[in-house]
Amino acid sequence: MIPDEIKNPLKFLGVVLIILLTIMFVNFEIFTSSLIYTYKLFLNLIPTLLLVLLMMGLFNFFIKPKHLIKYLGKKKPIRAWLVSSSLGIISSGPIYLWYPLLSEARDKGVTNNSITIFLYNRAVKPALIPLMIFYFGWIYVVVLTIVMIFIGGLNGYFVEKIMEMKK
Amino acid sequence: MDKKIFANLKDSFLRAGKSLFFNSPIIIGVLILIGLARNLIALENYSKLFSNSFLDSFIGASLGSILAGNPITSYVVGGELLNQGISLIAITAFLVSWVTVGLVQMPAEILLLGKKYAITRNVVAFFSSILVAIITVGVISLI
Repeated sequence: MIPDEIKNPLKFLGVVLIILLTIMFVNFEIFTSSLIYTYKLFLNLIPTLLLVLLMMGLFNFFIKPKHLIKYLGKKKPIRAWLVSSSLGIISSGPIYLWYPLLSEARDKGVTNNSITIFLYNRAVKPALIPLMIFYFGWIYVVVLTIVMIFIGGLNGYFVEKIMEMKK
Repeated sequence: MDKKIFANLKDSFLRAGKSLFFNSPIIIGVLILIGLARNLIALENYSKLFSNSFLDSFIGASLGSILAGNPITSYVVGGELLNQGISLIAITAFLVSWVTVGLVQMPAEILLLGKKYAITRNVVAFFSSILVAIITVGVISLI
């Protein structure tokens, strides 16, 4: 019997495979080049997947709900903004690999505000800054980075407020 | 190592592995969608979408929202668009929305973080990318 937790993910994969098969019949070249691209992408992701697994394991072991509520809860918004921004900046890999961890964090008491700030600040990547400077110049990169950290905080605030309005 | 600590550590990693395994169909699905998006829309054709008007920031943000992939790709495309004379506001909106808005990965976000949250976050992030672009370019012009 299939566990409930995996039913929706499998349905999602099923729909994607139907789209892929449809494209295979319409344009076989795009089908094969897409699969090759996906395969290369997957190989590149293996180190990040291992990192996410390690972080999730350590997260489960060390972090208790009371810690999360203390640092990423509603009581101290400035601290929550600083902590979630910093975590977003130092996290690596594609955004979707972090959804399972964020889903668990929310179940343990992390606010939508902090999750949104984390996701927004994943756009600020110190390792990529030299490349960005090469293309756009250092003044642009410094200004953009600062603006993004502040707007990330506003993002979290608005998403939280909208979510409360919808309840 | 204390047996209880070892048992807790083992349990923590088993739960983490189980969570990743249960979510692996979503990750595989998103990877396939990214592969399809990358091959269905040719990178060389992006500049044709811009018209050097007020709407460019909106077009830049929309393009960045639809496409997905490594941020490095967005820098390369953004640098190329800049060379072709596209405005910095449009390119900034494109770069920011590339990373902060994700239509391709939205089904995964909906499944794991909820429909209301995913739609709200992506819509807010979309408009924020235009705001970030206007503020960034505005500040640079003052320096």
